[in-house]
Amino acid sequence: MSNLSPMSPTQRLKAALFSQSTRQKLLAFTSLVGLMVFFSFASPNFLQTDNLVGILQATAVNGVLAIACTFVIITSGIDLSVGTLMTFCAVMAGVFMTYWGLPMYVGIAAAIVFGALAGWVSGFLIAKLKIPPFIATLGMMMLLKGLSLVISGTKPIYFNDTPDFSYISQESFIGYFFPSLPIPNAVLILFVVAVVSSLILNKTILGSYTFALGSNEEAVRLSGVNVDRWKIIIYSLNGAICGIAGLLIASRLNSAQPALGQGYELDAIAAVVIGGTSLSGGAGTILGTIIGAFIMSVLTNGLRIMSVAQEWQTVITGIIIILAVYADILRRRK
Amino acid sequence: MAALISITHLTKSFPGVKALNDCQFELAPGEVHALMGENGAGKSTLMKVLAGVYTKDTGEIHMDGKAVDIPTPRAAQALGIGIIHQELNLMNHLSAAQNIFIGREPMGRFGLFVDQQKMVDATQTIFDRLHLQLDPRVEVGELTVAKQQMVEIAKALSFNSRVLIMDEPTAALNNAEIEDLFRIIRQLKSQGVGIVYISHKMDELKVISDRVTVMRDGEYIGTVPTATTSMDTIIGMMVGRALEVHQPVAYAHTGDSDAVMLEVKGLNRGRSIKDVSFSVRKGEILGFAGLMGAGRTEVARAIFGADARDTGEIWVKGQPVDIRAPSDAVKFGIGYLSEDRKRYGLATGMDVQSNILLANLKNFVSMGFWLKRNDIEAVAQKYVGQLGIKTPSIFQRAGLLSGGNQQKIVIAKWLLRDCEVLFFDEPTRGIDVGAKSEIYKLLHALAEQGRAIVMISSELPEVLRMSHRIVVMCEGRITGELSAAEATQEKIMQLATQREISAT
Repeated sequence: MSNLSPMSPTQRLKAALFSQSTRQKLLAFTSLVGLMVFFSFASPNFLQTDNLVGILQATAVNGVLAIACTFVIITSGIDLSVGTLMTFCAVMAGVFMTYWGLPMYVGIAAAIVFGALAGWVSGFLIAKLKIPPFIATLGMMMLLKGLSLVISGTKPIYFNDTPDFSYISQESFIGYFFPSLPIPNAVLILFVVAVVSSLILNKTILGSYTFALGSNEEAVRLSGVNVDRWKIIIYSLNGAICGIAGLLIASRLNSAQPALGQGYELDAIAAVVIGGTSLSGGAGTILGTIIGAFIMSVLTNGLRIMSVAQEWQTVITGIIIILAVYADILRRRK
Repeated sequence: MAALISITHLTKSFPGVKALNDCQFELAPGEVHALMGENGAGKSTLMKVLAGVYTKDTGEIHMDGKAVDIPTPRAAQALGIGIIHQELNLMNHLSAAQNIFIGREPMGRFGLFVDQQKMVDATQTIFDRLHLQLDPRVEVGELTVAKQQMVEIAKALSFNSRVLIMDEPTAALNNAEIEDLFRIIRQLKSQGVGIVYISHKMDELKVISDRVTVMRDGEYIGTVPTATTSMDTIIGMMVGRALEVHQPVAYAHTGDSDAVMLEVKGLNRGRSIKDVSFSVRKGEILGFAGLMGAGRTEVARAIFGADARDTGEIWVKGQPVDIRAPSDAVKFGIGYLSEDRKRYGLATGMDVQSNILLANLKNFVSMGFWLKRNDIEAVAQKYVGQLGIKTPSIFQRAGLLSGGNQQKIVIAKWLLRDCEVLFFDEPTRGIDVGAKSEIYKLLHALAEQGRAIVMISSELPEVLRMSHRIVVMCEGRITGELSAAEATQEKIMQLATQREISAT
């Protein structure tokens, strides 16, 4: 404890490798690999390219939503509205492109802007009006669900006038150059969102305050930081990322389905938690969240391939979530 | 008279601190025995050992002449030792009777349901014993603090307590309520219950106690009969006559040093701050003395914008400023170091460098958002070196460091922010002796650099040693101001206990 010499790079690397967060990620990653090995032995179909592409495709939307949630959960908040917000953004893209016939990039921008706006509202409710995040976003969840139905007249909005829109999710940019790797664009987008989010979280002032808020909000406030403003920014960012998820799902279905969305928030939160982000705030990683999202979709896919009944799939997913959180508690107790 | 309780040679250490050293205490049946001493003298620790909250390291506790072991609060209860903490531990939504019998409710038929009637009757019996007009069925949350305290006393008695420890029982009571409490204490006394009474209020002790035991710095100083001992003698015992005459700290009047950095006029906030006005000059250390709960922390928080104020003007460098949130205060160059570092000062889960940068991250970003990691690490490293923060690296979690080093991190945070007015709230609480003198040196160095420092402290020697000028508070008001030259522990104590009613 007494010397002040900074750690050498190798010491730092060692410390990082054996740090708790790394161990948690390793645990999650090992679980993911374990699941994949198990399913490839259990069913010959699991490792088929088509199936793997399906898993990737299925992970994209939940993965992006889970990344959005990660920011909020690290601040020790929660966002229950991400699912219906995603749908709301998809509907807004439909309004701009199909109803008003505006070009595709306007629709894309609209989805992200409206996502950020809705996130801003959640942030305002939480930071300024001091409504607990759980309640504020529960209200927003219902409000946005209703708005989507009202705006769309409860009918799906199809993107038939803008056929390029479906490329966002369905085509494979990588497959075009490497035909043996037909990775859908949606996965590419997930990857880009993850990298950018990870940079924001670890390299920017916004990320620093995200962790600081979750670690001790009162201390941050008493340090003269405008806590309310940063909270609103974090919820706005969370909303903007939900906008991207909205684009992904609208593109995949080639339509904005206004009734969709509820339930997605729980999958997203589950992925975040499985990935080792603590619901009490102050700690978490984007990589962990991505691994969590993949664990969820591999599990769903693998159980389906093994012809496990849908209802049992849900039971098993529930058990996995409880185990993941318990592992986190055990880790903390040490 | 055979002693009900007799404590001898009791020693208790916490990591890094010797809280009690060779202490003794004696309590006779039917006696009210006051326990006095400055904050941190060890009164509460001693009583917590007796109540089984802490376990002793060495020493003996005898009850009725027999040696007893009190490892847990439950054991204390079984022996008939009850404690009424300063903060009441009641469940507001339950009735008085439910609160008293929580965890040991009388069961009715089949052992399935609580026998409400039996519980209410038993409570009524205790209330009768206290001559207390109170319905056992009333919800505790609807009672006044004074009545809630009575419920706590009743609860303690329901364990057939023969020893009752009261920690500052009158802190939140008005005069009529205090009279009520004293009536009950006298009743218990006549029934042979021994009462340990911890309080700072001299006038009360004169009225209610039989003997006074004084503690200082974790040691037993002496026991005297209340009736025949003057207050001055007791104060003298508390502060320590043997203490060397302190050297008044000379305030360096150099050039522009008379410039008033911060002036507060007519500050009010509810019942906790009443018409507080003061100013602090450049290069000056202004001590804020008083007992716990005198309102000093509240004043600092109100000025800093952490709590809203009702009225009051704040002037920084001769300009009136509008402070509504800590972020405003920081903008005007005011920093606040809380007495409770872990709750309000540090993000203990984050590393040293993040904590040092917490108030100042904005100046270490490029393009408005991108952190300049190298600059951050360099500046954190610089302050770790400058303040001598003992940590394996700047990436160590702040929560793992000692109290003194945590305090230095918080100081580094505000130095980096370059605040010109700094409020230090109990800067050396929970810090061991060696680190204390380092913190003192730092404070002096900061003042010499021309910063204005307000130091809130409940430790009189600390206030006397550090301050150029001393403001004393009691019950939300400023009761006096002393220059370093004229200040003595006795004078401060007198001002600190000068309650509104007894003030002439």
